[in-house]
Amino acid sequence: MTKQPSSATEIPLIVEMRGIVKRFPGVLANDHVNFELKRGEIHGLLGENGAGKSTLMNVLAGLYRQEAGTILVKGEPKVFSSPRDAIKSGIGMVHQHFMLVPSQTVTENILLGLDEPRFIMRLPDYDSKIAELGERFGLKVDPRAKIWQLSVGEQQRVEILKMLYRGVDVLIMDEPTAVLAPQEIEGLFITLRAMIAQGKSVIFISHKLQEVSAIADRVSVLRKGVATASGVASKGVSRQELARLMVGRDVIFALDKKPGKPGDVVLDVRDIYAENDKGLPALRGLSLNVRAGEIVGVAGVAGNGQSELSQVISGMRECKQGQVLLGGDTVSNRTTLFGIQHGMAYVPEDRTHVGSAPNLSITDNVIMKQYRKPPILKNGLLDMKAATKLATELKQAYDIVVPNVSTPVRLLSGGNLQRVILAREISGLPSFMVAVQPTRGLDVGAIEGVHRLLLTQREAGAAVLLVSEELEELLSLSDRVYVIYEGKIMGEVMVEGREQDEALVDTIGQMMTGTPLDQIQNEGVAAHG
Amino acid sequence: MAESTVVKKGRASFKIRVEPRLNEPPAWYPAAVSFGALIVALILGGILISLAGGDPIRSYLHIAKASFGDSGVLSDTIVKATPIILAALACSVAFRMKLWNIGAEGQFIMGAFGASAIVLAPVLPAETPRIIFIPVMMMAGMAAGALWGFIPGYLKAKFNVNEIISTLMLNYVAVAWVNFWIFGVWTEGGFQMSPKFPATASLPRLLEYAEAFPILRGLTTHLGLVIGVVAAVILWFIIFRSRWGYEIRLIGDNPHAAQYAGINITQNIIWVMMLSGALAGLGGMSEVAGVVHRLQTAPVAAGYGFTGIIVAWLAKLNPLVIIVASILFGALILAGREIQPSGVPKMIQGIILVCLIASDFLLRYRIVVERGEE
Repeated sequence: MTKQPSSATEIPLIVEMRGIVKRFPGVLANDHVNFELKRGEIHGLLGENGAGKSTLMNVLAGLYRQEAGTILVKGEPKVFSSPRDAIKSGIGMVHQHFMLVPSQTVTENILLGLDEPRFIMRLPDYDSKIAELGERFGLKVDPRAKIWQLSVGEQQRVEILKMLYRGVDVLIMDEPTAVLAPQEIEGLFITLRAMIAQGKSVIFISHKLQEVSAIADRVSVLRKGVATASGVASKGVSRQELARLMVGRDVIFALDKKPGKPGDVVLDVRDIYAENDKGLPALRGLSLNVRAGEIVGVAGVAGNGQSELSQVISGMRECKQGQVLLGGDTVSNRTTLFGIQHGMAYVPEDRTHVGSAPNLSITDNVIMKQYRKPPILKNGLLDMKAATKLATELKQAYDIVVPNVSTPVRLLSGGNLQRVILAREISGLPSFMVAVQPTRGLDVGAIEGVHRLLLTQREAGAAVLLVSEELEELLSLSDRVYVIYEGKIMGEVMVEGREQDEALVDTIGQMMTGTPLDQIQNEGVAAHG
Repeated sequence: MAESTVVKKGRASFKIRVEPRLNEPPAWYPAAVSFGALIVALILGGILISLAGGDPIRSYLHIAKASFGDSGVLSDTIVKATPIILAALACSVAFRMKLWNIGAEGQFIMGAFGASAIVLAPVLPAETPRIIFIPVMMMAGMAAGALWGFIPGYLKAKFNVNEIISTLMLNYVAVAWVNFWIFGVWTEGGFQMSPKFPATASLPRLLEYAEAFPILRGLTTHLGLVIGVVAAVILWFIIFRSRWGYEIRLIGDNPHAAQYAGINITQNIIWVMMLSGALAGLGGMSEVAGVVHRLQTAPVAAGYGFTGIIVAWLAKLNPLVIIVASILFGALILAGREIQPSGVPKMIQGIILVCLIASDFLLRYRIVVERGEE
C-alpha cells in the first residue's frame, strides 16, 4: 500500500491501481492488489485460471466495482460505474468471448452503441474511416464484411478496432491468444507492437508463460488474488521464475512417462463425415486409430471438429458417412449405451452441462454409468448403500475434497468436479477412453493429477484418445499426435523422445493452420513421423 | 453476483448482501423455509381479508374449526384431500422430469370415465363382488388416464410438441368427451349425469362399519385414502430407489448428462407421461367410486388436477410430503365453502403458491447482514 510517487524522470504512469479488493461469494478474488501501467508499454498480467487476473481487469474496465482501493488514470482518481465510464477515461477491454452481432457488418458493429451517426446512416463514410484506422495498426479487415463471415482472428481484430475507434489509450486484452492459431498470434503481436509505437499501452492477460515473455515489456503476476510480482521487466526474469511466482512451487514440466507398449488397435475411425449443430460439415473424411496402451493426441485450434469427433465416437452425434469401430464392433450411429456397455469411457468437454447432473449428489453422479448392473442394481432396485460405498471409495482414491458424498456436485470446484468425472469414467475399467480438454480451467495441481490419471490408464493397457488445445499437454502425454484442421486430419506425428523438439512443434503448428504433413515434408522441412 | 444495499441509520450502518449458497443447508432447513413461507402467506392473506372488511383471525380460526374441528369435518377434509393426493403425485412425477404436465385435470376426468365405463357399459354386471369390481375399475381408470398422458407424451417425444399446450388443451377435450357420454348415452332420465353406481362398484367407506364401531357413524372417508397413501409410498420408492427413478431424476436435472449416460430420453418422456396420467386417472376413479358414485362432470372436473400442481410444488415434489400438503389443501377447500363459495380460499391458495416459489430463493442464496465498516 505504501507506494512512492514515481519520479519525474521516469515514463509517466497512465494507470495506477492501489489496494484493489474484490470479493466473490466464497473467494477473495483480489486481495489488496497494486498494479501500474506505464505509457507505451505492453504489460503482461500472468496467473493461473482463477488467480484473479480477469477480475482485476474487469474492475479497471468498469465491469466490476472494487470493494476497496483506488484507481488513478493519469494521476487522477476515477470511479467507474460502467464500461462506458472506463472508455471515456481511455480504457477499453477486449474480452475472451467476443461481443459482436453476427448478422451485421464490421462497421455496424463498431458503431454500435455510439452516439454517431445520428439520423442518417452514411455507412460508406465510416467504412473508409475504419479501413484507415485498421491500416494504421496493421489490423486488416474488410469493413463491409458481415461478422459471421469472419474467422475468429478477424473477429478479434474487429473487437480491437472497436476500442481504437472509441479512442482508448489503454487496451486490455483478456487471453487474446486462446482462440488463435500460431500464425495468427504472430499477427496479433505485430498489431500490439504497432499500437505501443503510437503511444498506446496494452495489458496482456495470459496464463501462458512463453507468450508473455515474448511480447511483454514488464510483467505482473497474480496468485490466488495476491500480486506476487508487480511490474518486473520481462527481460530480467526467467520462465522458471515466473512459473514459480504463478504457482508457488516448481512446475514439473516433464511427467514420468514410461516407454509405450502399444497393443492391438482398439478404436478405429474410418473416413467419417458429420455435421455440426448448425448442419454445416464438421468432419470431412476423418480417419484415425488408437491402440491399446497408448495415448493418442488430437491437436488443433478449437472449432475444427474436435467436439464433433468425440461426439460421433461416443454415439452422441450422427455419423453421416464412414464408421467407428471399437474392438471390432461398429459403435457409430448406435446408442450411447452401446458404447458404454462395450467399455467406452468419455470425459466430455463440458463438465457441467454434459458430464454431470449439477443438483444431484456425488453418489448419484458417480453411478451414472454403473447403475444398470450389480452391485449398484440389486433386485431391480438401486442399492443406495453400495452406491454410497462406491462414492466414498472414489472420493478417497481420487482425492475429491468435499465433506461428504451427498453434496450436490454444483457446489464443487472445477478440479474436484473433473476428478468426480474421471473417477466415474475410470472406475468402469474402460478399454477405451476419449478425453476432451480434460484439464481446461483447472489449476496446476489439478492438471497434474489429471495427467497422472491418464498415464495410469495408458499403463493399465487402455487406449486413450486425448483431444486438447494445449500443445504442451499433448506432447508430454501422447505417444502419437494427429492434427485436425477443418474436420480433416492434416497428418500424424510420433512424439516419443521428441517432447522438446522445436521442429516438431513447428510442424504441428503448420498443420494446425491447414498445411498437410506431406506438403511440409515436400518443402523439405524436417519432420518425419 | 453479490448485490448489496447499504442502509444508513444514524451512525450505525449495515449492509445486506445476497450470496449464493456454497454449502448444502442442513436437512431441516428446506422444511423450515416452506413452513415460514406458509406463515408469510397466511399473514398476507390475513391482510387482504382485513382489507376486504373481514377479521383475519376469526376467519382462520373458522377455517381451522371447519376442517379439523371434530372427527366429522376431519373426515370430510380427508375426503377432499384424497383426489388431491393422487393428482399431486401425478404432477410431481412429471415435474421431476421437467415435463410440465398441467393436464392432470383431464387425465383425472378420463380416469373417472374409464372406471365408470366398467359399470355403465357395462363391462361387469352389477352383482359382481366388490373384490373384483374395484380392482378392475382401478385398472380401467389408470389405463384411461395413462392414455390421456400418452398422447401429449408421444407428441412431445416424437415431434417436440410443447406439452404445456397439449396437456392443457386435452383437459377441455376430456370434459367434452365425458359430457358427450353423460348427455347422450348414459344419461339418467335426461339429466346430465349417469345412473347411480351399484354398491358393489363403490369404494368401502368408514360409515359402513358404524354398526360394529359406532364412532365411525357418518364418516365418509373411503378406501381412496389408502390407495393414495400406498401410491405415494410406491412412487417414493420408484423415484428414489429404482433404476427408472434414477433415470427420471437424471433427465430432470440435466438431459444432456442423461443422454451422455446412455439413457433413452424420448422413451422416458412417454413412460413418465403415462405414469403421470395413470396416477391422475386413479384419482378420478377414486373420486367417482368413493364420493360421487356416478359419472357426472361438475363434481369430478372440480379442479383437483390444478390444485395438484400447487400441492406438488408445496411438497417440493416429494411423494410423502404430498400427503401432508394435500390434507392442508383439502382443509382449505372444505373451509372455503364454509366462508365463501369462491374467492378468499382460492386467493389464499394462490398466495401460498407464490410465497413457496419465492421461498426457493432462500434455499439457493443466503442473506448476509454486515455491520460496522463499509
